[in-house]
Amino acid sequence: MPTQQRVIRKAGLAVQLFSGLIGLGLSLGGTLVAHADTTLLNVSYDVTRELYKDVNPAFIKDWQAKTGEKLTINQSHGGSSAQANAVINGLQADVVTMNQSTDIDILNQRGNLVVKDWRKRLPNGSAPYTSTSVFLVRKGNPKHIKDWDDLVKPGVSVIVPNPKTSGNGRYTYLAAWGYTIQKGGKDAQARDFVRRLFLNVPILDGGGRGATTTFTQRGIGDVLVTFENEAILLDKEVGGDQFDIVYPSVSIEAEAPVTVVDKVVDKKGTRKQAQAYLEFLYSPEGQEIIAKHHFRPRNETLLKKYAKEFKPLKLFSVDSVFGSLEKAQKVHFDDSGEYDQIIIANAKERR
Amino acid sequence: MSKAARRVLPGFNLSLGYTLVYLSLLVLIPLAATFIKTSALTWEQFWQVTTTPRVLASYKLSFGTALFAAGINAVFGLLLAWSLVRYSFPGKKLVDSLVDLPFALPTAVAGIALTAIYSKNGWVGSIIEPLGYKIAFTPWGVLIALIFIGLPFVVRTVQPILQDLDTELEEAAASLGAHRWQTFRQVIFPALFPALLTGFALAFARAVGEYGSVIFIAGNIPLVSEITPLMIITKLEQYDYTGATAIAVVMLLLSFTLLLIINALQGWTSSRTGRDR
Repeated sequence: MPTQQRVIRKAGLAVQLFSGLIGLGLSLGGTLVAHADTTLLNVSYDVTRELYKDVNPAFIKDWQAKTGEKLTINQSHGGSSAQANAVINGLQADVVTMNQSTDIDILNQRGNLVVKDWRKRLPNGSAPYTSTSVFLVRKGNPKHIKDWDDLVKPGVSVIVPNPKTSGNGRYTYLAAWGYTIQKGGKDAQARDFVRRLFLNVPILDGGGRGATTTFTQRGIGDVLVTFENEAILLDKEVGGDQFDIVYPSVSIEAEAPVTVVDKVVDKKGTRKQAQAYLEFLYSPEGQEIIAKHHFRPRNETLLKKYAKEFKPLKLFSVDSVFGSLEKAQKVHFDDSGEYDQIIIANAKERR
Repeated sequence: MSKAARRVLPGFNLSLGYTLVYLSLLVLIPLAATFIKTSALTWEQFWQVTTTPRVLASYKLSFGTALFAAGINAVFGLLLAWSLVRYSFPGKKLVDSLVDLPFALPTAVAGIALTAIYSKNGWVGSIIEPLGYKIAFTPWGVLIALIFIGLPFVVRTVQPILQDLDTELEEAAASLGAHRWQTFRQVIFPALFPALLTGFALAFARAVGEYGSVIFIAGNIPLVSEITPLMIITKLEQYDYTGATAIAVVMLLLSFTLLLIINALQGWTSSRTGRDR
């Protein structure tokens, strides 16, 4: 019977296909098992891509020499807050390395992924390096921009990323506010100063790199206010001979905090490795790599060694002026906060 | 069952079930989630979040430029489709495939490229800015980006209809004494109109939600050139999920209403021209 034969042949095909699939599944499973060395996931912000590309192999070597264990470290990069969001929503990060402490605080508040006093677990408030807001001007500094006061002068065009969507922009705002306070000004004067500064901002790019592109590629603006690491990178590696870095008299200390994600490492059993990874950032070797990527290391000796790059500068911390970054966020950047009021007032004045 | 059994091809139940599951998983459940998330707000809070001056200005910009861009695309997309179907010229195949490029290009790349061209040191910007016109970092820049990304929709919806439209129809109209304009207005255009509306609706829907390409060219000045998707992103930046979804719900409802109107218009015109679509 031909039909029967056909059915049998079909069944045979199905069995073959099925066993093929199982075989595939098994071999996939096999490869997974074979590579079951400990794996860490470091969820970080945007501009640390190059930094951790150098840190990870150094740590893996160091860890293998000490313990014999072979580690694999995976990276995930994106906007700092978007990354925190992903971790809240279940991205299995062993460690998070962010550019603002609020992005780690939220991991405690939502889902209790990190202990409340995570800052106390590592030296320097768990921030192995810092950066600060500096100015990048066009070669020869044609508008004679020396300090924050020069940014509010009429006719000066200032490029700053949007403080609503960018940590870089938030630090610029806080630096300008803190500058007035450091000079002995009161909140009212600081508010007016920041308002006049943002009146000179023609474009609010979404992030730091966007602002950089606007300033360097589009030729817009007399001065770009951005993180020191970004400015040095531009001046050295991208700009050729088109820009100068200007250090203001005073600026803000922008700490880049790191922590182990407790819930994840306890589940995966990777606390030991994750902790060592973060401690490695504080080691002389780790700090040297950090300095090479233009972030200010905590290590005093290294800071002196690279003093040519990291000009000694009067820095104030966020906490000293605003209490904490969390408070600053609430008062200044949340909806209808100081920043919104300033920007709306400016929009009306421009009309 | 008996109804289904009478169809020529079997599988009605299977395909309907599949359709429902597919639509639910991919469309309905995520959309329902936005509504559920928003329902954490009271009406008063919802109203407050979705009607601040900045958010209102962003609706105006997003929906205004999206409609405008879709309108422009309807006109020029129709022209483009017409040229591609009715004429043959060297390089036609190339032009035909160029139309799809805005689909393929990552939107961020499109945004950066457009900004580079229209800002003051770009090809176009360097010519028009000395004349006192600005495109990049103004609402005009937003419009240009939206025209760019919406272009393929109208061309690709109108093109097949035009291809099916026999030139004999036009010849018949002409032999019956119709002027060229009459032929276009009364013979060709009614046949194309439903497809044109579909293209318009698609281009509009795509443009309203567009973020990647617009964000680079908009300049993001509060009350002037902030698009609604940016308002949603800024809410997410401060971990205000409910606020973000509240604005998303308003966007969805507005878009849905507009699309319903366009659909109704389409139904009306097809019944008027006696086409059963």
